[in-house]
Amino acid sequence: MQKAIPLAGQQRADHLLIAEMVTPASRVLDVGCGDGALLKLLAETKSVDGRGVELSREKVNLCVKSGLSVIQGDADRDLADYPDRAFDFAVLSLTIQATREPKTVLENLLRIGKHAIVSFPNFGHWSIRAALLFTGRMPITPNLPEPWYATADAHLCTIKDFVDLVSLVDAEVEDAVAFNSHGKRLPIKNSLSLQNLLGEKAVFKLKRRS
Amino acid sequence: MGATSALPEGQDQIAGKTNDTHRSEALSPSSPVVVFPDDAPLKLESGQVISPLTIAYQTYGTLNAAKSNAILLCHALTGDQYAASVHPVTGKPGWWEALVGPGKPVDTDRFFIICPNILGGCMGSTGPVSVNPKTGKPYGLDFPVITIGDMVDAQVRLIDHLGIGELFSVIGGSMGGMQVLEWAARQKKRVATAIPIAAAPWHSAQNIAFHEVGRQAVMADPEWRGGNYYEAGVVPKNGLAVARMAAHITYLSEKALQGKFGRNLQDRAARSFSFDADFRVESYLRHQGSTFVDRFDANSYLYITRAMDYFDLEAAHGKLANAFVGTGTQFCVVSFTSDWLYPTRDSKAIVNALNAVAANVSFVEIESDKGHDAFLLEEPEFHATVRGFLNAAAEKRGLDRPGGLA
Repeated sequence: MQKAIPLAGQQRADHLLIAEMVTPASRVLDVGCGDGALLKLLAETKSVDGRGVELSREKVNLCVKSGLSVIQGDADRDLADYPDRAFDFAVLSLTIQATREPKTVLENLLRIGKHAIVSFPNFGHWSIRAALLFTGRMPITPNLPEPWYATADAHLCTIKDFVDLVSLVDAEVEDAVAFNSHGKRLPIKNSLSLQNLLGEKAVFKLKRRS
Repeated sequence: MGATSALPEGQDQIAGKTNDTHRSEALSPSSPVVVFPDDAPLKLESGQVISPLTIAYQTYGTLNAAKSNAILLCHALTGDQYAASVHPVTGKPGWWEALVGPGKPVDTDRFFIICPNILGGCMGSTGPVSVNPKTGKPYGLDFPVITIGDMVDAQVRLIDHLGIGELFSVIGGSMGGMQVLEWAARQKKRVATAIPIAAAPWHSAQNIAFHEVGRQAVMADPEWRGGNYYEAGVVPKNGLAVARMAAHITYLSEKALQGKFGRNLQDRAARSFSFDADFRVESYLRHQGSTFVDRFDANSYLYITRAMDYFDLEAAHGKLANAFVGTGTQFCVVSFTSDWLYPTRDSKAIVNALNAVAANVSFVEIESDKGHDAFLLEEPEFHATVRGFLNAAAEKRGLDRPGGLA
């Protein structure tokens, strides 16, 4: 299910931000690369050597047909096969909440990449809090459109929860940006609590604490 | 002929005739050949040598001035060099005309395609039907047991002879895919891209078992004569036909067999209460068996199946990933959902090993109900994958588009 992400031009806002965080000509692994939009953006704007992993057979075929290096695989199962520091950046874009073991996946990302970039929908956003408070039911939003029994997003978290996980896996935040529902970046001077309230999605750049 | 014979009645005359054509193709093929003389023997994994060595091959397209557009096609167990041209014995189109030709996924307007007959084959390259220089007679069982690696080393000779340093791509399905993997492991600097299709990094117990059934069928045929049937002017065709029939079942999916034949009867309204080919599937298999013996050498079948059984890239390198350490090759691994002979998990083992050495690898599993043979058939998704992968890699390397600017 394609999430309704605000677009800036033809590109997803989180993709553009990830592209800003990635060093030119670096090696990038995009886990959950979908139709390869981010890999193409990174190849065109940053000349990266990109690889992808994607669960859906149709999307993998689409990627390979268009010349991207993508394998059919599962973030939970297949990341273990990659060697340490094989990539400069390991990217997980709006996928961590759909993994079976987000902590293990994050640890693998931090092991495989010198940096990890993770974006996720923020379950602490005010609209979700309000929906739960006033309806007493699991929120259904443009960003989280499936009912609880049908969604693949089994491990939703808030920005604050994610920050806790980052310290639990002994990583540090190098950069973090939240977007509001219009795709606008929230000023970096905002407090974590405010970002957690106003941010609909967040992008974190992480590295292992050495 | 007995009612249980693999050969339909009345086929003897035709089979005999065609077999002469087949043997003459083995000894002096229609395709070009290169002969490596005695002073350059091919050393085999077994420690034995083959000398002189003849490699018969066919090419399609034109080699560019930089010699940078060459693709090596590796054929499967019963394939040959006639990938995209008429087979000189059967008169049938090439085995990969679906993929190889002008404007096709492996585009002969853009690439120079080399397809050699494998070492041990029977369409002109040195094999058990060739003349043993020590005796002046066909090798028969004096031919040394060969491996997939030996086949690749023989192909390396051909590529050297053609003056090609780096191959733009090495492509093959099934046993051809095993050769692709050996090329990637043995010739890391000479393989820019590689497409192993419906392949495996080792031959499974089940695959060895099926091959053993085939070999025993050949050897149980009295006309096999311990492998010395050439001089007697006979062919162990019943045995070889049974081997082909058993193997053919493994190339198809259960669903494809059921869908194509079901329990339908062949040219009759009711059961005959005999051992005739009552069922269409029986008739089909008998036909597959009888046409196969017209174009293939029984001893070649023994040697090539043995080479496949011996294939185990992991055992050869301690760990499968070690086979690919330091590779710069860009891989595109392809499997098919209904292939139970070389199932997707075998292709995934290749992919995992490549990931473990941070190789550049794509992996696609194609949805198909055609079984292992899907790689030879009309499969638009598969063809689009091969086309896209090759074109993107060619673009990256600055290879001309057909009819494009230099």
